Amino acid sequence: MTTTPAIAIDRTALLPVALRNDFPILSEEVGDHQPLAFLDNAASTQRPRQVIDALSGVYERTYANVHRGIHTLSELSTEQYETARRSVQRLINARHLHEVIFTSGTTASINTVARSWGDANLRPGDEVLLSVMEHHSNLVPWQQTAERTGAVLRHIPLTDDGRLDMEAFERLLTERTKLVAVAAVSNTLGTINPVAEIIAKAHAAGALVLIDAAQSVPHLAVDVQALDVDFLAFSGHKMLGPSGVGVLYGKEALLDAMPPFLGGGSMINEVKLSSFTPAALPAKFEAGTPPIVPAIGMSAAIDYLQSIGLDAIHRHESELTRYAYDALSQIEGLRILGPAPEHRAGLVSFAFERIHAHEFAQVLNDQFGVAVRAGHHCTQPLHAHLGIAASTRASFYLYNTPEEVDRLIEGVLAVQRMFAPQGRQRKRRQPDE
Amino acid sequence: MPSEEELYQEHILDHYEDPFHRGHLTSATHAHEDKNPLCGDVVRIELELNDEGKIKNVYFDGQGCVISQASASMLIEEMYGKTIDDIKAFTAEEMLALYGPRLTPNRQKCCLLSWKVLQSAVHSPVASGDEN
Repeated sequence: MTTTPAIAIDRTALLPVALRNDFPILSEEVGDHQPLAFLDNAASTQRPRQVIDALSGVYERTYANVHRGIHTLSELSTEQYETARRSVQRLINARHLHEVIFTSGTTASINTVARSWGDANLRPGDEVLLSVMEHHSNLVPWQQTAERTGAVLRHIPLTDDGRLDMEAFERLLTERTKLVAVAAVSNTLGTINPVAEIIAKAHAAGALVLIDAAQSVPHLAVDVQALDVDFLAFSGHKMLGPSGVGVLYGKEALLDAMPPFLGGGSMINEVKLSSFTPAALPAKFEAGTPPIVPAIGMSAAIDYLQSIGLDAIHRHESELTRYAYDALSQIEGLRILGPAPEHRAGLVSFAFERIHAHEFAQVLNDQFGVAVRAGHHCTQPLHAHLGIAASTRASFYLYNTPEEVDRLIEGVLAVQRMFAPQGRQRKRRQPDE
Repeated sequence: MPSEEELYQEHILDHYEDPFHRGHLTSATHAHEDKNPLCGDVVRIELELNDEGKIKNVYFDGQGCVISQASASMLIEEMYGKTIDDIKAFTAEEMLALYGPRLTPNRQKCCLLSWKVLQSAVHSPVASGDEN
């Protein structure tokens, strides 16, 4: 093994390691009795005790359906659920409380806009501008909408280092463009996209903007009024909250003008046998029993994140990411996907020509306790663009440490040794080979 | 859960590095290709079947993880010289047993890719100019 120059870490940029004690699951062992190093946070994060307690507290003391009963528990649940909405409103600085719609997640949020706003507003020949780096959840709903409406999808190309080609964006932005829908942060490349610039230019061209904020709201302070964004979608489970809850933010005037998407209970004002009138916001887009307890848990997660501070979290992740990036850069034959650390959020994906991502994920787990994602991370078109079938992704959050990055690097080097060609020969069974 | 020593046994790595009949068969009568969309593993199998339904020759090609590629090599070696009926009678359980180490459900998909491709290949005659 070759020795590589030591890479410095600025520990003053890191959060206190003691906060790991808030996360019971981080003391688990995985694989071959290895302490867990959870580096799969872009897929889903873990929960602190404060969130777990909030969830069980609801089930133990206050749970009932919301907006329905006049009994004590329904009143309590309703109050907690609506408090959660206020907590999201403050997090993203929405002007109005009813601009915050609880959904089942980012996917449901984007689908709501694609189905409701898309079907009502897109005409044949209208264009929706996406990008090559989008997650499937910000591609497929628009493909379906295009099929229904005759709208045309365009895709912002990428620069060689995995950022949006902003000159191409300006060329693609025309009077036919009705919506620009892009991720704030790429879940595969880690690229932080210039959303403020995108929104300003799209608005100047008369287009609306939807931001897939699944990878940004958990890690970076987002202010929807300062951005002047039209729609914003994100999930609870990527920000220390439960799965099954997400948010669609939309500007009041846009949401008011949109037809309801899912029909059912809660979303109505009055129902007759052959017709209904929709409820006002936000109920209009919250048909059925909403994700009551997950939303309350998400609110506890927001409280936890805000007690630490998103700026401090971002500083911590940036330092870990730079540290991992620099160390991975020294490994021969390893290709890091995406831009330099100063343009990326807290994740690093990489590919190695001869060794499939599965081998990295398997051995990292079994032998080093390091949980990473292997595959296409729901970005098949991006992987096709990069000319690879799969990649391995390490993604960080507030509880990760430089020592966990060291184990990642150690594991990657071990995988390379383990699967290096060794002149192995299969035992011959066939005489005529 | 199997450890990686178990998962990547020597004979499996041998098949990975020194596969049986990796390549293409110009005399192929049947062929099929499929992928595991979750991870991008690809396997293609080309068969030359004679009139009696016997496998005169068989080759595979593909790319992907050790399990998907080594299992393809092991399957092709196992089926070489056998008949269509032998292929049809060869179950998924037998394929997993042929591979050896216990696999989690996600890795079973890697191991069974070549088995699925082979089952389809015997029903996919190579037409002139278009083989699928």
